[in-house]
Amino acid sequence: MEIPKSFLGYKRENGRAGTRNHVIILPVDDISNACAEAVANNIKGTIALPHSYGRLQFGADLELHFRTMIGTGSNPNVAAVIVIGIEPKWTKRIVDGIAKTGKPVEGFHIERTGDIGTVMKASKKAQEFVMWASEIQREECPISDLWISVKCGESDTTSGLASNPTVGNLMDKLEPLGVHLCFGETSELTGAEKVCATRGATKEASDKFMKTWSAYNDFILKEATDDLSESQPTAGNIAGGLTTIEEKAFGNFQKIGNCKFVDVLEPAEEPKKGKGLYFMDTSSAAAECVTLQAAAGFNIHLFPTGQGNIVGNPIEPVIKLTANPLTVKSMGEHIDCDVSKILSREMNLSEAGDELIKTTLKVANGRLTCAEALGHREFVMTKLYRSA
Amino acid sequence: MSTDIIIHDKKDNVGVVVIEKITPKQDCNCWIMENDSSVNIQSADEIPLGHKIAMIDLNEGDTILKYGHDIGKVVKAIKKGQHVHVHNVKTKKW
Repeated sequence: MEIPKSFLGYKRENGRAGTRNHVIILPVDDISNACAEAVANNIKGTIALPHSYGRLQFGADLELHFRTMIGTGSNPNVAAVIVIGIEPKWTKRIVDGIAKTGKPVEGFHIERTGDIGTVMKASKKAQEFVMWASEIQREECPISDLWISVKCGESDTTSGLASNPTVGNLMDKLEPLGVHLCFGETSELTGAEKVCATRGATKEASDKFMKTWSAYNDFILKEATDDLSESQPTAGNIAGGLTTIEEKAFGNFQKIGNCKFVDVLEPAEEPKKGKGLYFMDTSSAAAECVTLQAAAGFNIHLFPTGQGNIVGNPIEPVIKLTANPLTVKSMGEHIDCDVSKILSREMNLSEAGDELIKTTLKVANGRLTCAEALGHREFVMTKLYRSA
Repeated sequence: MSTDIIIHDKKDNVGVVVIEKITPKQDCNCWIMENDSSVNIQSADEIPLGHKIAMIDLNEGDTILKYGHDIGKVVKAIKKGQHVHVHNVKTKKW
């Protein structure tokens, strides 16, 4: 198949391109959710991103909070942002971070105004932003403007056999075209960590990966009361035939094909070394991982599933693929790309990779994903430790 | 001939059932992806889609190989053709 060289995206002020054109209402903290949701209810075409945190955090945990907030607002799938927080200082810090992209952003704080006054002021600005954004047209963008993140979930053995290698096949075909790629799931590489480390493009990248994985593993060994048998593999994984974390890890690892990773990113850290594959230190929980990847600037997501994970994200379209014929039959409304014919050998991996590229480009051009049509907007912040 | 079981790597001692289920004493056709070859095995258990079958007899302490890599240890002896899962295999991690 000849791979298209371009897609229709939204060109942004900083040179990036979006596959979506959202106007978001971003609460700085948990207690500003009500205000943000009221604004989104008032002004059609905007979306609020409520979450649970943002108060009394400190140190690396607070840094991650700001990085996730600023990164989410800065993502090229977002045209403009309203930021609402209880206090002016942290609200301004997030506004200033997002403003570096050149996109319209305005902040509102609730103290000394109250919810009702803040909702009124923020709604007026949100209306202005969404009407402005509605005039932006899709334009032809090079395929290298795609920043593709990947994460698998509710995996089973069909993931390692077929749907994850399909993503790997897509990576092998698109990497030479200059796209950015990102995989994560530090804990779910356990058992395959040494093999994964050999896929660093440089010794520095390999060493950084082993250091990151070891830190995560040490944390798990320290906190685990017995073992992780209730969580890794999950009950869904086991029902699907996965027996151990090692088996899950080698299946997971199929997603990167033959690519080598150029760098290891902190959670929600924007890649800075140009095109190619990056590893990000993330949880393996689906919504947390995708939220971090979106905050790092990735604009389209591929999500292979076995037993049928249903996750979505408010700003980054999440494309589901599966090779499990029972999942296609029982949960078809969640599956954007069916590659189950690989198991019956009616489709080979390269044909499956081509199908996934076609689906990815359709979605990049504006076709809704199943998760978008079903209203999945899971926005889940990663919290590193207890608040003060 | 249709494929009932897929084996990733020729070194693997387990295969994955890719039809809805296999039944005891079923003669199964196995496809080895790595070198595109075929082998046959008779199942000993009912094994559902996605679950693993032992391609050889395995003793306690043996290593299960899948993708050509170590994915865990045998904790209860397994006969060729039997179901391989959490009841007879455990992680070497954690």
